Amino acid sequence: MTHEIICAGFGGQGVMLIGQLIAYAGMVEGKNVSWVPSYGPEMRGGTANCSVVVSDEPVGSPVISEPNGVIAMNQPSLERFLPVVKPGGVLVYNSSLITMKETRDDLHIIAVPANELATELGNSKVSNLVALGAFLQKTNVVTADGIEKALEKVLPPHRHKLIPLNLEALRKGMALV
Amino acid sequence: MEKIMMKGNEALAEGAIRAGCRFFAGYPITPQNEVPEYMSRRMPEVDGVFLQAESEVSAINMVYGAGGAGCRAMTSSSSPGISLKQEGISYIACAQVPCVIVNVARGGPGLGGLTSSQADYFQATKGGGHGDYRLIVFSPGTVQEMVDLIGLAFDKADEYRNPAMILSDAIMGQMMEPVVLPEMRDLQQINKPWATTGMKNRGQNLINSLGLLPEDLVRINQELQEKYKRIEANEVRYAVEDVDDADLVLVAYGTSSRIARSAMGLARKEGKKVGLLRPITLWPFPKQPLADLAAAGKRFLVVEMSVGQMVEDVILAVNDRSKVDFFGVPNGAVPTVRQVYNRIMEIL
Repeated sequence: MTHEIICAGFGGQGVMLIGQLIAYAGMVEGKNVSWVPSYGPEMRGGTANCSVVVSDEPVGSPVISEPNGVIAMNQPSLERFLPVVKPGGVLVYNSSLITMKETRDDLHIIAVPANELATELGNSKVSNLVALGAFLQKTNVVTADGIEKALEKVLPPHRHKLIPLNLEALRKGMALV
Repeated sequence: MEKIMMKGNEALAEGAIRAGCRFFAGYPITPQNEVPEYMSRRMPEVDGVFLQAESEVSAINMVYGAGGAGCRAMTSSSSPGISLKQEGISYIACAQVPCVIVNVARGGPGLGGLTSSQADYFQATKGGGHGDYRLIVFSPGTVQEMVDLIGLAFDKADEYRNPAMILSDAIMGQMMEPVVLPEMRDLQQINKPWATTGMKNRGQNLINSLGLLPEDLVRINQELQEKYKRIEANEVRYAVEDVDDADLVLVAYGTSSRIARSAMGLARKEGKKVGLLRPITLWPFPKQPLADLAAAGKRFLVVEMSVGQMVEDVILAVNDRSKVDFFGVPNGAVPTVRQVYNRIMEIL
């Protein structure tokens, strides 16, 4: 099985981080993984995304043009990636910021009010982990345990005090699906 | 050994330090900035020198000096910056000073853009600067190879007293993958009796790139050419996958080889017999393996992130024994797996 995932959103929403968490957790769980960022020239205030591959096979192309999983955190990201998800794929979108204008009936589409749920936890910055939780519950790419191990590696030591909050956000997203 | 996730550029920098690099000079340019950033933090920890020079021209000449003094020295840049370094590289090649030059290539020509590119192949493998000289050119296909090949580049540079280049690209540099890092190299094991280290109790060591007397210049060039023949005979490196039963062999390096590999997987699912040959050294180029595959009746499809450069070397190696097709994209674009797959299906 090969998961080809794109995480996309505004700079600052933490889409690069959740991509790295998926990749790191995949590595910890014995999978072949890659992570590639793709910033547009409009980086400041614009849309950023990263491509993550988690596979039982050695990873071929690290750059993904036809993902089977997408986490879209803002409107431009949804509009860009909704049309290219492979049929049968999973799309999680942040319904706090995104209005779904057109939809597709050949995908598993999950609306997650990520900002509201994160704010309930007292910190709107963990909206990315809420969306990630919903995505993982649906796709089983990696486990919550894997994400916990990945948080310890990916976050710098002075941010480790935020790991419990991030895990709470992850579980909140998982509970939604 | 513990696996960790690293960005290609950072893995390359750490790999260089572990291979004994103790001098780095460079000048900032995207998409290689993680290399000097990492070096600026790490070099002081190993008593090495990190120096942000006033220009690329200064940086390469500082590497010339440090390499001449026997230090494992490197510089890194991206395409326009590598163009600026060419005069220094030609001098270093003539003076037979070992060093490593890293090009994390971006789109050109001119100031170009920040997207990934393989349009510096000619510059890397055919000279780049003036005169009849060669670099030993390595092309990493994974982040692990960023580590492994920079260590090998330092070793081969020393062994042949020749500048070596890592030709990477923006995607390879920015990508994160799991890596296992090697142990730190013992610097005491690196001996350079030819280096200009101060005469003390030996005769004079001279390093320069000047041959004003015609017979001197002839001798210098003969010596270089003899060395290049030895490198061509001994240092060709490449990897093959699924070529034995293949009707069509894809030829690609670096990021393109990864895209080609995925396209090969899709084509194999459709029952098409497709293989892959990935040059790891771009110079010396794996001519003989390609000639052998051509003689065995295989066709070729060369995939590049340029409008076609390496394809010329494949055509030379195949030498009309078989058919060579090409798929490339202009700089600014990255070929997609689907595009390469479609090209395969047109051919087979």
